[in-house]
Order: sequence, then C-alpha cells, then structure tokens
Amino acid sequence: MKYKSQAVAKPYFIAAIALFVAQILFGLIMGLQYVVGDFLFPEIPFNVARMVHTNALIVWLLMAFMGAAYYLIPEESETELAMPWLATLMFWIFLIAAGLTVAGYLLVPYAELAKMTMNDLLPTMGREFLEQPTVTKLGIVVVALAFLANIGITILKGRKTAVSLVLLIGLLGLAVFFLFSFYLPDNVVLDKYYWWWVVHLWVEGVWELILGAILAFVLIRVTGVDREVIEKWLYVIIAMTLITGIVGTGHHYYWIGTPEYWQWWGSIFSAMEPIPFFMMTVFAFNMVNKRRRNHPNKAATLWALGTAVMAFLGAGVWGFLHTLAPVNYYTHGTQITAAHGHMAFYGAYVMISLTIISYAMPLLRGREAANPARSQVLEMWSFWLMTVSMVFITLFLTGAGILQVYLQRYSDNPMPFLAVQEKISLFYWLREITGVVFLIGLILYVASFFVGQRDPEKAVEAAPAEA
Amino acid sequence: MSQILTKEMARNIFYGGSLFFFLLFLALTYQTHADISKGDRHQLLDDPQVGEQIRLGKKIWEENDCIGCHTLLGEGAYFAPELGNVYVRLGSNIDTLKARIKGLINMPATGVPTRRMPRFPLTDEQVDALAQFLKYVSEIKTNRNWPPTKQG
Repeated sequence: MKYKSQAVAKPYFIAAIALFVAQILFGLIMGLQYVVGDFLFPEIPFNVARMVHTNALIVWLLMAFMGAAYYLIPEESETELAMPWLATLMFWIFLIAAGLTVAGYLLVPYAELAKMTMNDLLPTMGREFLEQPTVTKLGIVVVALAFLANIGITILKGRKTAVSLVLLIGLLGLAVFFLFSFYLPDNVVLDKYYWWWVVHLWVEGVWELILGAILAFVLIRVTGVDREVIEKWLYVIIAMTLITGIVGTGHHYYWIGTPEYWQWWGSIFSAMEPIPFFMMTVFAFNMVNKRRRNHPNKAATLWALGTAVMAFLGAGVWGFLHTLAPVNYYTHGTQITAAHGHMAFYGAYVMISLTIISYAMPLLRGREAANPARSQVLEMWSFWLMTVSMVFITLFLTGAGILQVYLQRYSDNPMPFLAVQEKISLFYWLREITGVVFLIGLILYVASFFVGQRDPEKAVEAAPAEA
Repeated sequence: MSQILTKEMARNIFYGGSLFFFLLFLALTYQTHADISKGDRHQLLDDPQVGEQIRLGKKIWEENDCIGCHTLLGEGAYFAPELGNVYVRLGSNIDTLKARIKGLINMPATGVPTRRMPRFPLTDEQVDALAQFLKYVSEIKTNRNWPPTKQG
C-alpha cells in the first residue's frame, strides 16, 4: 500500500464479501423452492428471497467497485485520496441503507414497505432489480455523487492515466444511467424500454469499462508489462464494448411491443458483443505470458485470468446462444436466460471483484505483496470450486431451459408452465446440489483470509529474461 | 498488438466510436418512443375510466412485486407463469380472469409441497383494476404475436 488513504477501501471489500455470502444463502433458498415449492413458505416467499439474492449481488458489486476505485485511484494518480473521511462516511451510509432495505424486504410484506416508505410520492418500486424503496434509491444517488466527487477530485489533482479515466467514465455512466430508475411511465412498453437503460447499459455497457479498468490495473501490477501496451489494449477492448453494446440493447426490444426493426439492430450488434470479451481473454493471457516479474500473488493472477475466460464464456458465448431474434423468439424469458445470467454475472463481475480483492487485501492488511502460501492455496481451491460449480449450474439450467422451450413452446402440444416445471425438476435438483458445492467454495474463500497470516512472505522477483 | 495502432488512435476510436453509436441509439430511441406512445392499445390510458383502472392496476402489480415470481412479456422471474398473455390464456374473458385472481390470492394452505402464491389482501376494486391492467398488457401488439404459444 503506497498511500495511507487507500485504507478506506478495506471496509468496502469486507462488506462486499459478507453480502456475497448472504447472496449465496438466499440463492440456495430459492433453488430449493424451485423443487420444494413451499419451503419457508409463507415466511420467505420466493419473490422475497429473489429480491435479497439479486439486490445483495448488486450492492456487493457496487461496494467492490467503490473499494476498487478507492484503492487504485490514489496509486494511479500518485496522490492521496481527496477526502478519505467522506469515503468512510459514505461506506456507513451505504451499508446501513442496504441493511435497512433488506430488513424491510424480509420483515414486512412488500406492499407494506411501499406504504411505509411513501412510494406514492415518487413511485419507483416493483420493477425487477430496481425493487428498492425510492428513499433507498435516493440514498444510492447521494452515495454515488459523493463517491464520484471524491474520485474525480483525486484524479484532477494527480497523474491522469488511461486506467483511471476509463474507470471514471464507467462510474459516471453507472450513476447517470441509474437515474432512469426514477422514470416510471404508465405505458408498459415505455416502462420496459427505459428499464433496460439501467439494466442493459449497466451490465453490457459501462460496467464493462469498470471491469476493463480494474483488470488492466491488476495486470500492470502483477505482470510488470509496460503500461503503454496494456492501456492500448484497454482502449481497443472498451471501444468494441460500447460500439457493439449500446445498439446491442436492441436484443431486449424484440418482444415487448417495440417496433420490428429492433430485431435487426439487436441481432446484428449484440452478435458482436462477444468480440470484446474474446479480446479480453487474449489480452489477459498475452500479458501474463509476457510478464516481466513473477509476482508472488499467484491467486490474484489466477482470478484475473479466470475473469477473462469466464466473462467470455458467460457473457460472450452464453449470451450469443440466445441473442439472435429467431432463436430468442423461443428462449426469451426461460431458464436459458437464467443460465446466461448466472455465468455472465459470476464470470464478469463477481470474478473481477474477487480479482481486485485478492490483489489489494493482502496489501491493505499490511503485507508486502501477497498472502502466505497456505492462504493462497486455500483461495485457489475456492476459485476452482466456485468456478467449476458455476459452470455446472449454468449447464443444468441450460438443460432445463432447452426442455422448457421444447415442452412449453415448441412441441405440437405445448404444456402449461407449471406442468413443465414439474417435468424438468431433475435439473433443478442438480443445480441445487451444485449450488451447495459453490457454497463450500465460498466458505473456503472466507477461510483463506484467516489462514497463515503470521507466516513469512516471499518478495516480488524478476522473471527470467527469456519469459 | 500491431505497432501501427498507437494508444492515441485506440483512444480516439473509443471516444469517436462510442459517441457515434450512442447518437445512433438516441436517434432510434426517438423514433421508437414516438412509435410506442401512439400505439393504439396505449390510447386506452387516456380513457377516463379504463385508463384510471389500468394505472391503478399497474400500481398494484408493482407494489406487490408480482415481477418477483412471474414474467410479463418474458421479463421478470421464471418461478411462476407468464402473465403478459394470461387474459388470452383464460379465454379473453375479463370475468374469468378476475375470478382466477381472487382464487389465487386467497389460496388456503394445502400441506402439499408445491409452489404457492402468497396471500394478497386486495379489495374487489383492486382486483378489477389488476385484471384491466393484465388485459391491457395482453393486448399490446408484440412482434410475431410473442409468446409463441398460449402457454406463455
């Protein structure tokens, strides 16, 4: 850790991991409800578990992104963070707001929560992923503004690198597009149209800039490859991301009452969305092969490479599978979508968060470069357990989705939704069992923070000249 | 990567390309927004009586987090049936739809471990509004009349 103020990142990372655990526990509850329909009913109905599962994910990823920015911006800018106290204050506001919101989901019926938080004044509740009470949304805006001011001023007064500029553009975009969560027209088609301006333009747009910037930062640090080379790659990758991804939003506009031409725009542009992810994979492996030093943090390097591969598979390949309009006609809103969503979120955003945490946490905890070997071994076990089980979760959901499409939409005698769900329950059981393996991986991950912290550590060494 | 492409060129491709395609997206949005707003089914929203009911129905839909289990035109959760075409699935009869809603939101405990709908204490007036909202959604003209079958 080169700058004292980088320390503000630490609570963000810890809270992120805690919420990650909560997310997975509620995921397992939902997974069981898929096969044992009345599990925890009526105490935790499916929709409540789902809100906690998805909202915890969003909040912990935002926590990790903010922690990443607070950690890497001072180093990139070569100056202390402008207002470290503000970062700490915002952490507590964000954490308490998130905690109260989750408590609200769990303790009172959603309609009651809407009433208590006066949703009538400015209705924004009740849309997928944007279920938070309006007051929570306003809180998110305040936290985001304070965060952006802090980061922006730090960048302005210090060195300006491509990594920090790209990160700032990504974070600015994140804040701007979130404002569309306050727009709730009566016309259902318009409502859906602009809902995607938050959801798609986040995860298939500006978040990829954040991902790219964090990946570039970690690769510069662990490989020692010249910054000029890495930053050029970064620009090319994110250029392709936005060139394909913005108009690629059209792949959500096929069947919701929007004009027919979106089938062309959406199919053509979103079919190209895997390209930047593929480039990211090539980029990460190239940089590690051309490394000029052997960084002792092997786990962080593994997470970085894993991000590149899994983001390509989950977002790129599994996205492409059902993005063309004629295919999507059958797959839209089935378990195929769920399969893609799981691997894409894990591969791209969970793994990049764990990459920066893996790189930064040892330094934030006062070590020179990396965790001791015992801790890293455990962390790498958790990497493989979580990653492999996510691959299988995705495969099982894909199997369920293919059968669902066939039985409900494709065969000569389409069956009702619930009858189909019954027929494909085997796949849901397999998914749930694999989910337990994921949880074991996550427990090992948390345990890795408590292992061998007093062991001596290895220093960074130069790679052999030929490497 | 090729030496011909400098970092500055890559940066310019990023700024220029992103700006160009964002402006293209805005232009398409402008056209779509106008198109959606004048869609014939949405004229219903201007009707003094039905429009008010649809608005209330949409509010009930949102404030009970229906999207947390169901899909609406394929978007939402995949735990419970698609409701974007439920009006058509039930024979395009508003009274059947109302009766079905009333039955489902007051389901007694059965002791069978199947998926169940939570109880929602809605008044008759609110059920009417919800039914009008679902009827309105099912009459939205979707491309190729999505969903592919009545089953959603």
